[in-house]
Amino acid sequence: MDNLYSQTARALKEAMANDGLDPRKILDQLFNRIAAVDSRIKAFVLVNKNAAQVKTGGALSGIPVVVKDNICVKGEDTTCASKILKGFKPPNDATVVRKLKEAGAVLMGKANMDEFAFGSSCETSCYGPTHNPWDLERIPGGSSGGSAAAVAGDEAIMALGSDTGGSIRQPASLCGVVGLKPTYGRVSRYGLIAFASSLDQIGPITKDVTDSAILLGAIAGHDEMDSTSVDIPVPDYTKALVNDVKGLRIGVPKEYFIKGIDRDVQESVKRAIEIYKDLGAVVVDISLPHTEYAVSAYYIIGPAEASSNLARFDGVQYGLRAEDAKDLIDMYIKTRSKGFGNEAKRRILLGTYCLSSGYYDAYYLKAQKVRTRIKEDFEKAFKACDCIATPTTPTPAFKIGEKANDPLSMYLSDIFTIPANLAGLPGISIPCGFSSGNLPIGLQIIAKPFAEETIFRAAYTFEQNTDFHKKRPAL
Amino acid sequence: MRYETVIGLEVHLQLDTQTKAFCGCANRFGSSPNSQTCPVCLGFPGSLPVLNEKAFLHAIKVALALGCKIQDLIKFDRKNYYYPDLPKNYQISQYDMPLSYDGRIDIKVDGKDKLIRIKRVHMEEDAGKLVHPEGASHSLVDYNRAGTPLLEIVTEPDLSSPEEAYEYLTKLKSILGYLKVSDCDMEKGSLRCDANISIRPAGEKTLGTKVEVKNMNSFKNVRQALEHEEKRQAEAVEDKVKIVQETRLWDPDRGVTVSMRSKEEAQDYRYFPEPDLVPFVVDKRVIEDIRSALPELPEARRARFMDEFALPEYDASVLTADIDTAEYFEESARVSGKAKIVANWIMGDMAAMSNARNIGIRELGLSAGSLASIIKMIDSGAISGKIAKEVLNDAIETKKDPEEIVRLKGLTQISDGGQIETAVAAVLAKNEKSVKDYKDGKKNALTFLVGQVMKETKGKANPALVNEILKKKLGE
Repeated sequence: MDNLYSQTARALKEAMANDGLDPRKILDQLFNRIAAVDSRIKAFVLVNKNAAQVKTGGALSGIPVVVKDNICVKGEDTTCASKILKGFKPPNDATVVRKLKEAGAVLMGKANMDEFAFGSSCETSCYGPTHNPWDLERIPGGSSGGSAAAVAGDEAIMALGSDTGGSIRQPASLCGVVGLKPTYGRVSRYGLIAFASSLDQIGPITKDVTDSAILLGAIAGHDEMDSTSVDIPVPDYTKALVNDVKGLRIGVPKEYFIKGIDRDVQESVKRAIEIYKDLGAVVVDISLPHTEYAVSAYYIIGPAEASSNLARFDGVQYGLRAEDAKDLIDMYIKTRSKGFGNEAKRRILLGTYCLSSGYYDAYYLKAQKVRTRIKEDFEKAFKACDCIATPTTPTPAFKIGEKANDPLSMYLSDIFTIPANLAGLPGISIPCGFSSGNLPIGLQIIAKPFAEETIFRAAYTFEQNTDFHKKRPAL
Repeated sequence: MRYETVIGLEVHLQLDTQTKAFCGCANRFGSSPNSQTCPVCLGFPGSLPVLNEKAFLHAIKVALALGCKIQDLIKFDRKNYYYPDLPKNYQISQYDMPLSYDGRIDIKVDGKDKLIRIKRVHMEEDAGKLVHPEGASHSLVDYNRAGTPLLEIVTEPDLSSPEEAYEYLTKLKSILGYLKVSDCDMEKGSLRCDANISIRPAGEKTLGTKVEVKNMNSFKNVRQALEHEEKRQAEAVEDKVKIVQETRLWDPDRGVTVSMRSKEEAQDYRYFPEPDLVPFVVDKRVIEDIRSALPELPEARRARFMDEFALPEYDASVLTADIDTAEYFEESARVSGKAKIVANWIMGDMAAMSNARNIGIRELGLSAGSLASIIKMIDSGAISGKIAKEVLNDAIETKKDPEEIVRLKGLTQISDGGQIETAVAAVLAKNEKSVKDYKDGKKNALTFLVGQVMKETKGKANPALVNEILKKKLGE
């Protein structure tokens, strides 16, 4: 088997089982690949050269996995790409990391991200931006940009990201890989450094749908340490990988094909829907009328929760502490001024303001009401369809620096992914085409809560009947 | 002008559970700093809270005992503020939907019954503690206490005097003691009390500007601080000084309250629903099970003691104020069958001894059987009441059996007429003046002579017999 680094986990598992492939070889090739290309992509913030398999015979034995830098790995720097957490070594593994280790996976490193997951471009990282493997002058998307770029650039077999408003699906779309945000509560958040607790969810970023199902199966399930994780059995997701969508009702919401959407994106997604029709799916026109309020509600709820979640970074117990403080308040101010980047500060201010006495009702409470409406929109829509197909992002990857000073336009790049977070629904992004500039385009499929199997069925069928996922960037 | 005082109290109560409110750390007082901590109670990045079911059930128990209604949906909120003893810089608490509300406590002041309404009882987590090493330019934090389950018990502004506040706290502590959910030790900080107090012209309907008073570490402190504050506010009004809404700290050494912060400096806590804990509905059966398993509470017990043991109301009140005393009384009364005498001993000598030692009645270590045997010895005339006090003291000091003490020390009462007559004769011979006084009509000389005979017999003589024999001899 050539180029082990470009293989899927499924293929490597088979080679290990049938051809006696030594898992050490996979790691070695990946490290070589990283040495060759990561100076250009900059997907990694930490490469663990001592990574080792701890268990054989597990679902992921010998398979290297990269995790986003906001997921705690015991004893390894976990910084959320922020100066304020530099040098922080968690005392425990996140539940997903424990599960990966138990499944035999090799934790090979930490992926770059937007600082505290605040961003859609991976540009707010304190380590500098990650570059899109398809065009190094462009952003890989964010916030899980490092995870997506590593998988797209064949520096990783599979990766974990986290998705609060699109942070798995959007970079997966822009990097031409498969990214799944599971149902809220499907995967434990214990050990995920929180951005917005009611929206955050960890999920897989992989080269194909099969690997996505394998990785989700390894990390999903109820966790006593996370009260928001739901206690329902985890199915064998690989059983949902059937090449058949006959009779599957796919909803297409009119609100997702709006002015300002990139022409190539619109055409690729429309073509994808035609492909589904040809494969026997029933395409249904649906409406999600409150979609236009989703971004506004999200930029109140997300920052509100973040302002509280990030309060603990104060220099008292861990991470950065300003040295020259005169007193306690001065230590808080200096530490936080120095430790947080601009976008983090912007969101903390935004969130603090929205929760302040006298503004709470007008902002936070109102946003929660919008959230309820958006949830109801989906509930209503799912009476007429089994899943919903939309573009993942309004445009392909934009240039580094292009939107860095225009936060509002940056926020709009999550316009199609945010509703699923607000409603707690599972959503996937799969490759469905390329722009005229050879940049990947993603198709998003959203399903009912805990209907990941429906998503896998639809996504797998599309993949089996198209070649978009097979294309690799020239590096 | 005459003023009336309006007081509301907020009590914070640490619940006595094996583990903390939202993690598995031991809920223990007095361990070495930061030894009872984990990533959750330290608020480490990525950690999540999980509600301690036991602490929640304790909270429901307290709420039901205080006659509160239980909220249909239980939800937690975050109270955001920065302080180094608060690991996450927010406290998990309950804001707009406290787990229970609308309760009551009945108190009695100056013989009058009064109902104090409980506005709410809610659950939250405690913070750690700052330690300021002497002479150091830094402070240290001990997070052992962080995450300890707390209940906040808030009254309506129904208290009209510092005395009522004192009585309310005493009654509350009594009820909490019966529930066995907390050791209610103000010195250890397991029970803390803040007060809101304002005054207004007598008869006025609108409330005056309230002042919050903190830092009172005993019920007596609360009473003193409120007495001081009541006076300070009245004087301010008389002097036409405006009372400002503020927080004041009680300084027990100087006996005054001192301004800490004004309303303008008050914090905006930016409460919002805690997204890490999912709201849940409590099964009605769980609540009914807790309600039906509630122990007999002080008032019910008092009524029963009056009825069952024919005790006067005063005795029954004193004996039921504290669960240990009530249980000890009941056990001793049953063993000895002499309820009123047992009550006298417990309320008299034993209460004095436990107060002097600053311990509970159980900790005196005198079993109900031992107390009963002392009472039995008095009853049978084996020892005098006076000797009994000595035996009680000895039994508590040496942990020996009272009957054995009497035997070993030869304390058995002398009821043998011959022995007493000999002692009387000796006393009369030595005290001719008193004999003369008595014969001259100074009857209190008899008391002196009885005392002398008791002394001669080392207190063991039967006093009634001594009296009788003395009178007979003096009459000769």
